[in-house]
Amino acid sequence: MVNSSVPGSAGDTQREAARSDDTQRVVVVGGGMVAQRFVEALRSRDTENRYSIEVFAEEPRPPYDRVGLSRWFTEGPEALTLGEPELWDDPLVTLHRDRRVMAVDRERRTVTDRLDKVHHYDHLVLATGSYPFVPPIPGADLPGVFVYRTIDDLAALRGWVEQKREASPNKPVRGAVIGGGLLGLEAAGALKALDAHATVIEFGTHLMGVQIDQGGGEALKRLINNKGIAVRTQTATKELKPHKRTGHVGRMEFADGGRLDTDIVVVATGVRPRDELAREAGLEMGERGGAVVDLACRTSEPDVYAIGEVACIEGRCIGLVAPGYTMAEIVVDRLMGGDATFPGADTATKLKLSGVDVASFGDAHGRADGCVEVVWADQVAGIYKKLVLSDDARTLLGGVFVGDAGPYAMLRPMLGAELPEGDPSAFILPEGGNGAALGGLELPDDAAVCSCNNVSAGQIRAAVTEHGCTDVPGVKACTKAATTCGACLPVVKKLTNTELEKAGIEVSTALCEHFELTRAQLFDAVRVADLHTFSEIIGRFGRAPEGATSPGRGCDICKPVVASILASQGNGHILAGEQATLQDTNDHMLANMQKDGTYSVVPRMPGGEVTPEGLIAVGQVARDFGLYTKITGGQRVDMFGARVEQLPDIWRRLVDAGFESGHAYGKSLRTVKSCVGSTWCRYGVQDSVGMAVELELRYRGLRAPHKLKMGVSGCARECAEAQSKDVGVIATDKGWNLYVAGNGGQRPAHAKLLAEDLTREELLTTIDRFLMYYIRTGDRLQRTAPWMEEVEGGLDGVRQVIIADSLGICADLDAAMADHVANYEDEWKAVLDDPEKLRRFTSFVNAPKESDPNLAYVAERGQHRPATDAERAAAASGAEDAPVLISGPSLEVRS
Amino acid sequence: MTVSEHSESRTVSGGTATLAAASGGGKGVNVIDDLVWHTVCPVDDLMPERGVAALVDGVQVAVFLLAEPFEGARVHAVQNLDPFSGAHVLSRGIVGTRGGVPTVASPIYKQVFSLVTGECLALADKEPKTGLAADLTAYPVDVRDGVVHVGTPA
Repeated sequence: MVNSSVPGSAGDTQREAARSDDTQRVVVVGGGMVAQRFVEALRSRDTENRYSIEVFAEEPRPPYDRVGLSRWFTEGPEALTLGEPELWDDPLVTLHRDRRVMAVDRERRTVTDRLDKVHHYDHLVLATGSYPFVPPIPGADLPGVFVYRTIDDLAALRGWVEQKREASPNKPVRGAVIGGGLLGLEAAGALKALDAHATVIEFGTHLMGVQIDQGGGEALKRLINNKGIAVRTQTATKELKPHKRTGHVGRMEFADGGRLDTDIVVVATGVRPRDELAREAGLEMGERGGAVVDLACRTSEPDVYAIGEVACIEGRCIGLVAPGYTMAEIVVDRLMGGDATFPGADTATKLKLSGVDVASFGDAHGRADGCVEVVWADQVAGIYKKLVLSDDARTLLGGVFVGDAGPYAMLRPMLGAELPEGDPSAFILPEGGNGAALGGLELPDDAAVCSCNNVSAGQIRAAVTEHGCTDVPGVKACTKAATTCGACLPVVKKLTNTELEKAGIEVSTALCEHFELTRAQLFDAVRVADLHTFSEIIGRFGRAPEGATSPGRGCDICKPVVASILASQGNGHILAGEQATLQDTNDHMLANMQKDGTYSVVPRMPGGEVTPEGLIAVGQVARDFGLYTKITGGQRVDMFGARVEQLPDIWRRLVDAGFESGHAYGKSLRTVKSCVGSTWCRYGVQDSVGMAVELELRYRGLRAPHKLKMGVSGCARECAEAQSKDVGVIATDKGWNLYVAGNGGQRPAHAKLLAEDLTREELLTTIDRFLMYYIRTGDRLQRTAPWMEEVEGGLDGVRQVIIADSLGICADLDAAMADHVANYEDEWKAVLDDPEKLRRFTSFVNAPKESDPNLAYVAERGQHRPATDAERAAAASGAEDAPVLISGPSLEVRS
Repeated sequence: MTVSEHSESRTVSGGTATLAAASGGGKGVNVIDDLVWHTVCPVDDLMPERGVAALVDGVQVAVFLLAEPFEGARVHAVQNLDPFSGAHVLSRGIVGTRGGVPTVASPIYKQVFSLVTGECLALADKEPKTGLAADLTAYPVDVRDGVVHVGTPA
């Protein structure tokens, strides 16, 4: 991350180089979501580098997602990351963290930061946001009373809950939230995530009174109650009383005489604009605060803009992020010479509160003259859906969805448009009517599909028809639709696929010319049909390519897929019988082919643990066979340069020394990386090495759609980097936290928290099911992170399937894994014991004693590596300074 | 394994010779018309749908046994040198079909080649190494009395 206060740093030099004399300086005051969007948009549009940007943030961190803060507890800090971190490495962007701006001088066009440093601006953008409003309730300043807006607030809340829990370990921590709006319900979810009791106190008649109507509020209350959160509506808090002994907040007293004992109170009664800078700078202020701006987001002062919650636009401040994003885009457009104006606030909302879907848009309360409502409510299932229509029941004016926000994505873009002929209730009736009617909706081109990024249906269609996008990821990258909150993804998918079909582009999920099915479909088909050979499978499920009568004999795409499916379903050694013909390059030789056609050999070292004798044996093997050695990223040793015919001899030596195949060649479990854990480390709280060894031995040899990596850390310091693994385990005082779907490689992804404080048994069962579910449903070569993005319901969906057993397949998954564990065998040893399998490990069928004569190596840093083309050519020409080539067969081999 | 249906003489693709009688030449070598025939191995040494490497007159050749005959022949041979990596590895590629034509995929960068003509059918976004052609040399093959013979130009 950039810190521009270090003079002469490389970053500064780059920055100076990127600036030209006529670069204008934009100063952004505030480091929240809207500021982030502003910087992102300006950098993407300012291709001529006309502007440099200085962002001053009060918080000590880059902007983060303030919507849905409770994910910080449930999924970890990364869940709140916004956009690409590279944005802040841009030489034209400087982020000053922990650097609040104290004053604006309009005359001199400068701002002064908290360190009294003065910064010049050509354009000033105020994006200072809001602060939480705490009503004047007596006792609101007691210890144990919190607000809920920043990560610091969350950390303080968590610290307090932990402190209370330590003080009385046997008593549940009791929490209460004042305010039943969006923020209050989020805070209640956070308390639940911290394992505290939560009661929501709402002054009004129902929850989320701003966004949804009474009926929706009632449904929401029932659903929230089911999540273990208590709700009191129409309740005014009169006073907060201290606990007699501690002096901390201890009791709430209500206007109706009621009382509630509590250890913690979160005040979430709304926000007010952070407008003090604007006020002191003498800008025109709104009646209820905020810097007054015109529809171009300009304040009363030229070259000073205000965006987001601090801007008083059309007479009011708006506490939602989408209109703030729109304002950011407008200012960027103006800076780029455009004439964009604010189109009015889209106050549509869709969110998940403690796992409950809530959405509303337009005239949710039905306030328009003569409007009519269509309501579907199911109190048993906790579903409430309402459409607000014009008096002729044709034009859609608004909607409320609680418990099932399915129709929201398709209906919201139809706001203000005429619905097709027919009964409008069809759009909100449960499955059957629901899906059919929605499927038939044809969005007008100007319908706003993605409100976060202001993308219309027409723009999405154009991405396909004009910009040549051929899939959903392409359309997302081209338009930015569905890249922020993702609520509109179903609509983006539907529009994209419809356009592709119209353009005659087949949206094919077929594996290859031989199979119409996807890998997941084929996996199920093979399992259900109980097939065990490729010939049976292609005969039963293969398709004949155009012009042919039989499906043929497969290819390098489908054969390894079938090989993996057969291996996952327990069909014996991967080189047994016909299976051997299916194996990909590396599996075929149980070693990793390198660029010159030789192999690298990796013995398993479970958990990265190896005895001195083991290390010596590996060293001796490498030396005797002339192998180049290197330590891998997975805490083991890789030996390079083994020729096909050497492999069995090398394995024999390794197997005799107690090693087995490390499966470095397979789309299967590679390693379980571990830190040294509580057995040696001063900080470790659990035996991470022991757990890593157990996991590696349990899942060794397990074939999957792609390679699998795991990690186990012995404490929260996370030295094993478990959160970058497909399966990451981190020790806690109480057990193990399980993270899943982290990936390194080309598309890195942080793992997400699946379950907490598991016992050893719970941990193994949960990992068993996670892996088996992935193995059954993953696409070809799909790693766990993209799988998690696509699998139904994402992380929550996976939790439902493998913990709540929503599909009723857990017993089946468990049995499949038990089968795998029981039938594991070392693939190397099995080959050594079988002359038939050994046959393939020969150099030449007619000269088995000869080695590949074309191998050539040069010495480097005490070992040898393959010669480059230039080195080979030089040696062949006999040049004087030509490197000395060591040819493969002439390498000294001791046995 | 039975290969009786291929043990009789046949006209080979890529050459005009017919292996009528084994006579003359040195051990394992027959000269017929403009081709030199080399004995490679018993056909029983081959595994269906996999290849083996053979040294034919100092040149590496990849020999494949198909699961079912294509245009009458079950055994096919191409150069073992992979033109896209420069490594001698094609005998270790996956055998399959593209539009019914038998193929092998390079185990290194996954280009697909016809086992019949040697033609490169899929470049996989790569160019062959300098000085090498994308298409492979396909060698005439004959199986006689259970023995695989590969022909090279005389």
